[in-house]
Amino acid sequence: MEKTKDWKEKIILWAIRLSGYSAIIFVGLIFIYLLREGLPALGEVPLSNLFSSCWYPIEDFFGLTPLLAGSLIVTLGATIIAVPIGICTAVYIAEVAPQWAREILKPSVEVLAGIPSVVLGFFGFVILAPYLRLLLDLPTGLTAFAGSMLLAATALPTIVSVSEDALYSVPKSYRDASIALGVTEWQTIWNVTLPAARSGVLTACMLGIGRAVGETMAVLMVTGNAPVIPRGLSGFFAPVRTMTATIAAEMGEVATGSVHYHVLFLIGITLFIVTLLINLTAASVVFRKRQRSERILS
Amino acid sequence: MSVDKIIIQNFSLSYSDGTESLHNINLKIQANTITVFFGPAGGGKSTLLRAINRLNDLADVATRSGTILLAIANGSYLDIYDRKVDVIELRRRVGMVFARPVVLPLTIRGNLTYALEVKGEKNKKILDNAVERSLRQAALWDEAKDRLDEPAMALSGGQQQRLCLARSLVLEPEVILLDEPTSALDPISTSKVEATLQELKQDYTIVLVPHSIQQAARMADFAAFFLQGKLVESAPENTLFITPQDPKTRDYVEGRYG
Amino acid sequence: MKKVTPNSLHSSGSAARNRIQRVGFLILLGATLLTVIPIFLIIGVIIVQGFQTITPEFIFGFPYNGMKSGGIWPAIVGTIYLILGTALFSVPLGIAASIYLAEYAPDNRITQIIRIAIITLAGIPSVVYGLFGLGLFVIAMKFGTSILAGALTLAIMNIPVIISTSEEALRTIPQAFRVTSISLGATKWQTIRRVILPQAQPGILTGVVLGLERAAGETAPILFTAAAFYLPRLPESPLDQTMALPYHLYVISTQVPGMPAGIQYGTALVLLILVLGMNLVATVIRSRVRARRQW
Repeated sequence: MEKTKDWKEKIILWAIRLSGYSAIIFVGLIFIYLLREGLPALGEVPLSNLFSSCWYPIEDFFGLTPLLAGSLIVTLGATIIAVPIGICTAVYIAEVAPQWAREILKPSVEVLAGIPSVVLGFFGFVILAPYLRLLLDLPTGLTAFAGSMLLAATALPTIVSVSEDALYSVPKSYRDASIALGVTEWQTIWNVTLPAARSGVLTACMLGIGRAVGETMAVLMVTGNAPVIPRGLSGFFAPVRTMTATIAAEMGEVATGSVHYHVLFLIGITLFIVTLLINLTAASVVFRKRQRSERILS
Repeated sequence: MSVDKIIIQNFSLSYSDGTESLHNINLKIQANTITVFFGPAGGGKSTLLRAINRLNDLADVATRSGTILLAIANGSYLDIYDRKVDVIELRRRVGMVFARPVVLPLTIRGNLTYALEVKGEKNKKILDNAVERSLRQAALWDEAKDRLDEPAMALSGGQQQRLCLARSLVLEPEVILLDEPTSALDPISTSKVEATLQELKQDYTIVLVPHSIQQAARMADFAAFFLQGKLVESAPENTLFITPQDPKTRDYVEGRYG
Repeated sequence: MKKVTPNSLHSSGSAARNRIQRVGFLILLGATLLTVIPIFLIIGVIIVQGFQTITPEFIFGFPYNGMKSGGIWPAIVGTIYLILGTALFSVPLGIAASIYLAEYAPDNRITQIIRIAIITLAGIPSVVYGLFGLGLFVIAMKFGTSILAGALTLAIMNIPVIISTSEEALRTIPQAFRVTSISLGATKWQTIRRVILPQAQPGILTGVVLGLERAAGETAPILFTAAAFYLPRLPESPLDQTMALPYHLYVISTQVPGMPAGIQYGTALVLLILVLGMNLVATVIRSRVRARRQW
């Protein structure tokens, strides 16, 4: 009995294993190239400049604070809009909606996830922003608030579909037990189902926020791109500039290897780290050890 | 005098999650007989069955000691756990039928030719012959001959199980292992399969985990009783069912547990 | 112990609870409408404003007069090239990686690191992929701003999508098929190729189409790696720059003053049709397979 087809199988297995490892290689490459192009900025620009509140690259003012604040306020606004709406929508689809409505709603949410962000940005630029300007009597509609609304639209599909999955995975017996005790469906949702699904819903919100932080084109097109630190609530209704929009708007015009170029990569590193933390936190909630019992007992 | 086809020597095995293990099993299985492994669930009979064609390689086996010998040509034996053994070739010599009929998502013909095709056989004549021979052996030819290119999933449960039996016969193995092959079948299909097995033992060595004591008694040329991973006792014909020596066997056969 | 009288089944609390429930459900419905109505609004507005622009001259024509006249053919072709290039790099690699994870990977530290790496890749903002593509493909590997650099960047962004969807497709295949195939003397790879992959194929295909759909609509990763503002001809080699639909939409809606609205809406509509069409294809594959499955 000699071994059959061993060498062929071995080559294939190696190719497959290498492909599996490639994800690690790519993360490594991304990290290396961001650091390589971004770290020189720390030597070229004094920290006091980087932490200042003035972003004016033409005169070598590289204050990142307004960009951080811009990303923060737009994301915060998106969170305030998308989290309650998203959770309520998920609860409605999973627990309340009749079957026929579910069959319309679920694909619709998928369609929203499929709309390219540049199309959302276009809609925001030509319809939403002018409308907001008229409605709220603002000097311009291109504001943090418009950005928040579009970011909410990009975060919603994630929040809805992941929360919905979490709600579905709550065993039906929990609900039945609660209903059998004479509790209304409404109370059951709030007191039994949602609490049981809370880790999944939390993950959903984190993933949605993660998407919002990294979103580029929509915010680039509607936030007005003024690198100023928003002050108080009125900051929502003034133009701001996010980290992502800054990279997208300026990278095309800088000279490779210049200080400005390195600082833009430094912003990229910041974004990379922020989204990494958000996503790993979200994943750690659901990243339980996979059941790999391949056992085949009869 | 018949030869010992399989010799199990001091065989022990445990799983990494601690369930169902075997303790120091010694047993000889004669060629051209039906040997029955019976006992309550979790007693180790399925595990031992799977150890004979090393399907346990797919599970998380934590420890294993002792070995199993398989008779090959001219009186010599092969240690199936020897590192040099080709497991694929072993599985071609030792076929297996499971409790729930698992037909592959292929046609009836595709299921039957699968084992030959993965072996590299392309000759259509050989494949066709193998299909007919195996279906006849499994008493399925008359029902299936006109629908060989239909999906195997379209067969009834009883037919699917006989297809699985036929599929294990395609490679003309030396040993056939059957793990409760009739547990999912109705009485009529069950008696068909049982009759087929009685025919097949002329040419094959059969090891059967029956799904009931009655079946064990009906089918056994040799019976072995397993309890909690240990071989309690073994004896030819239906000795164990009429005059068991060990009180544990007696309790089980008389229906006190299991 | 409190006695239950028939009367207590109709206590006043029950009516109040029902009223609360009705209001609560209305709020949930309202939130759902807030999610769904904007979708139809956006798509509706773009269709209504854009469909008149879509003529053969618009689809197959070249832009001229500062892009204020003519068509968007170079952008359509460019996007198709980018999708094909992305597919070429990401599909084989992604599927192979998912086979590794679903069928081969042991449950150990390295596999966990791979999974964390995939989550990381999935979460990296698209504009950061753009920076990475600029640093590695455009500058270090000297591909320049090109279809090749853009497609490679999009491919790496696309890989986690393909891996996770096709791994899921592989995992839905019953374990019994694997055991049976092995017991018939097939090797592991023969089992995968002859039994597992054919069964998982529709699920894998759905994932591939959804991944490419996302790549087709992305702008930020190609901003500095592939996209040309204006190119009066079709790209001729993988090392050429290219126009692309999403970038073109960005350019003509924010960068060029005095752009006719019809061209803007028309471009948005073509992009939507392309992307949502792919979405529809994926949905159809998925639902047809669910209906046909026998196990």
